[in-house]
Amino acid sequence: MSGGLYSMDSKDFDKTLDLTKVKPYGDTMNDGKVQLSFTLPVPAGAEAVEAAKQLIKKMGFENPLVVYYNELTPGYTFFNCYGSCTHTVDFSSIYVPKVESTVMEMKETDEYIRENIGRKLVVVGASTGTDAHTVGIDAIMNMKGYAGHYGIERYDMFEAYNLGSQVPNEEFLAKAIELHADALLVSQTVTQKDVHIKNLTELVELMEAEGLRDKMILICGGPRISHELAKELGYDAGFGAGSYADDVASYVAQEFVKRANTKK
Amino acid sequence: MTQTSKLGLDYGKVEKARSLARSIADDVQAFVETRTTVAVERTLARLLGIDGVDANQVPLPNVVVDHIKDKGLLNQGTVFCIGNAMVQTGKTPQEIAEDIAEGKIELDRLAVSDKKKIEEALMPIVNASVERIRARRQRRENYLGTIGEGPKPYLYIIVATGNIYEDVIQAEAGARQGADVIAVIRTTGQSLLDYVPYGATTEGFGGTYATQENFRIMRSALDKVGEEVGRYIRLCNYCSGLCMPEIAIMGAFEGLDVMLNDALYGILFRDINMQRTLIDQYFSRIINGFAGVIINTGEDNYLTTADAVEAAHTVLASDLINEQLALLAGLPEEQMGLGHAFEMDPMLENGFLYELAQAQMTREIFPKATLKYMPPTKFMTGNIFRGHIQDALFNMIGIWTHQGIQLLGMPTEAIHTPFMSDRYLSIENARYIFNNMRNIGDEVEFKENGIVRKRAAEVLDKAVELLQNLVKEGLFNALEKGQFADVKRPKTGGKGLDGVCEKGSQYMNPFVELMKGKK
Repeated sequence: MSGGLYSMDSKDFDKTLDLTKVKPYGDTMNDGKVQLSFTLPVPAGAEAVEAAKQLIKKMGFENPLVVYYNELTPGYTFFNCYGSCTHTVDFSSIYVPKVESTVMEMKETDEYIRENIGRKLVVVGASTGTDAHTVGIDAIMNMKGYAGHYGIERYDMFEAYNLGSQVPNEEFLAKAIELHADALLVSQTVTQKDVHIKNLTELVELMEAEGLRDKMILICGGPRISHELAKELGYDAGFGAGSYADDVASYVAQEFVKRANTKK
Repeated sequence: MTQTSKLGLDYGKVEKARSLARSIADDVQAFVETRTTVAVERTLARLLGIDGVDANQVPLPNVVVDHIKDKGLLNQGTVFCIGNAMVQTGKTPQEIAEDIAEGKIELDRLAVSDKKKIEEALMPIVNASVERIRARRQRRENYLGTIGEGPKPYLYIIVATGNIYEDVIQAEAGARQGADVIAVIRTTGQSLLDYVPYGATTEGFGGTYATQENFRIMRSALDKVGEEVGRYIRLCNYCSGLCMPEIAIMGAFEGLDVMLNDALYGILFRDINMQRTLIDQYFSRIINGFAGVIINTGEDNYLTTADAVEAAHTVLASDLINEQLALLAGLPEEQMGLGHAFEMDPMLENGFLYELAQAQMTREIFPKATLKYMPPTKFMTGNIFRGHIQDALFNMIGIWTHQGIQLLGMPTEAIHTPFMSDRYLSIENARYIFNNMRNIGDEVEFKENGIVRKRAAEVLDKAVELLQNLVKEGLFNALEKGQFADVKRPKTGGKGLDGVCEKGSQYMNPFVELMKGKK
C-alpha cells in the first residue's frame, strides 16, 4: 500500500515560496502534502480503497495514497491517507480581526488599573446555559490559573466572582447587576449542535432588553470561540484556545480605560 | 488480614485512615437515615409499579409525588400513601396514579387504614419488584457464567451521539473492537432535571437522555453483540444528579451493570444540594448493591479543577469516605469502582512515577475494589498525536497496577465526542499495551526510599491529616469550606433542597430491609 512513498521522480513544480499562493508543506516547498484520516460507511476491500481515493481527489488532492485501512465494524472502514493539495490561498491578503490590546503580566495589569482607574474592576464569570464544564472559566479565573498563568482571582485590582457552571443567563445577569460588574466573562465548552451560539445570543438579547449592553464589557471564551465569532454575536471580545488570564485581564483593563476616555 | 505492599505502605496508617473515614460516614448516615426526598419517593413509586406519563408527558411518578407533596404528605412517603389508597380503593398503584393524574382522587381525603392491612396489600407488589431485580441480576450472572467476560482492566468507552439508535451502532462497533463497558453519556443538563424523561429519544446535546426505554434498547443490543463476540458487554450510565435513585431503579430493572453514583461529585460539580443528594445516594446505593451494579465514584474530577500533584491526597481521602458510605448502604467492596485519575501535567519531571505511585497505592489500599481509572483530560490540548501518547502512558499504569475499569482516553479529547475511529485507535492502544506489558506489575518492584515509595507514603500521610480535620468538622462543613476540588458549597445552597424532608410517623420503606446488603 506504500507505493510512491519513496518516489525518486523529479519534483517538477516551482519550489519557491510565494505568499500569494500558499499550499501545504510536507518536506519540499509547494509539495502540497496533507495527511487525512476518515471513515467511510462501506465494507473494507478494493472498492473501499478506490472510493477513498476518488473522494480524496474530489477534495482537491492529487496523487491520493491510502496507506492504511481497517474495517471498524461491519460496513465501516477507516482510512489513513495522503495526497497533494492542488489549491492555494493568498496569505498576503488575509485579514483576521483580533483583540486589540497589549498583553501585560499580572503585576503590570494591576499597576495599570491602579494608575488609570484607581479602583478594583469587578469581573463576573460563569459557564452559562446547560454547559456543565468549568474547565474554561476556572482556567481564566481560579486563583491557581492554568499552565503557569495566574487566574484573575489572584490579581490585586480585580474583584472576581466565578459563578461556576450551568448558570442560566437570567441568573447570571441578575448577579452581574447585583455585584455592579464592570465586565462579564462567559465560558462555553459544549458546542454540539451549536448550542453555544444560541446561548451566547440569548445573553446579548437579554442585556439589550435591559439596557445593559453598553454598561458592561462583555466577553466570551472557549475552545470553539474566536474573536471574530464573538464580534458577530455582539460581544466585545472573544478568546479561543490558548488564551490565558493575562490576555483577558489586559483586555478588560485597557478596554475599560478606552471607554472611560471616550466618554469624557 | 496481613497485606504485603510493594510500596512499603504502613498499613497501620491505612487502618487509621479507614476508621477516620468510617466516623465521617457514620455522621452523614445519622443525618440521612431520618430523611427522605422527592427523588427517593419517586423511586418508591416506580418500585410499586407506577410508570408511564400523563397527558402532558409528565412522568406518573412525578405526578404522584408532587400530589403527595402538595397535600403535605411527603413526610409520610409514597409507600404509605399509595398502600393506604390501595386498601381504601381496591385499585393497583398504577390505577391510583392514573386517577391522581386525572384529578379523580385526592390522597389526603382518604381515611387512614390499619398499618397491617396496608402492609398486606403492598406485600405482593413489593415482592414482585424485588424478584424482578433479582431475576435481572441472575441474567447477568448467567451470561458471565456462560460467555464470560474480558480480562481486567475492563476497557470502558463512551458513546454520545444523542440518538439512542446511533449509539447502538457505535456501541456494537466498540464491542467488536474489544470494549468491555459501554457508557452512554447523558445529554448536557440532565443531571439537573427533577424528572426522568420517558421513552426512546433521538435528540440530545453532547449525549443521550437516560430513560428506561433507552436503557432497554441498549442492553438488548449489547446482549446480542456480546453473544456474537463471546464476551459479556457491560452497560454504564449515570446514577447522579437530582434523579439519582430513580436512575438506579431503572437500571436495576433493565440490567445495567455500571453506574456513576457519587453524591460528592454532584455537590461539587453540579451544585446539587448536599443534603438532598446524600439522602438520594443512600437509597440508590442500596439498589445498586442489590442489583449487582458496580458503582463508579467521581474523585478523578477533583483533579480537573485542583492540581493533581498537590491534591492527590484529597482523592484518596474521598475514596475512603465513599467506601464507607457504600458499605453503610450494603454495597460490597467488589462493586466499588472508586475513582482516581491520571491528570498530572505531562511536562512534570518524573510525573509518570508519581502517577504510578498514586495508582499502585490506590490498588493496595482498596485490594478488592473494581477501581475506576480515568484518563488524562485536563492536559489534552488538541494535539491528537501527543494525546495518543499520553493515553499510552496512562494505559501502562493501568495494566501495571491492576486497575479494574480503564476509561479509555481518546486522542481527540477536548475536541469532540469520539468518532468511531477515535474509539478504534484508543482500544487498539490499550489492547496493545495491556498484552505487551501484561505482567509487568508482577515483575517490577519499587526501590526502597525511591521516588515511588516516598510519594505514596507522603500522599497517605496527607490523607490521614485531611481525614482528621474532616472528622472534627464533619463532611458538610468541610464541603462548605472547599476541602475538595477547591470548590465551596453551602449546606443550604444548590439545587434540590426543597425536595428534602424528615420522615413522619407513618413513613415506611420495606425495600431497604429486603435489598440492603442482599443478593
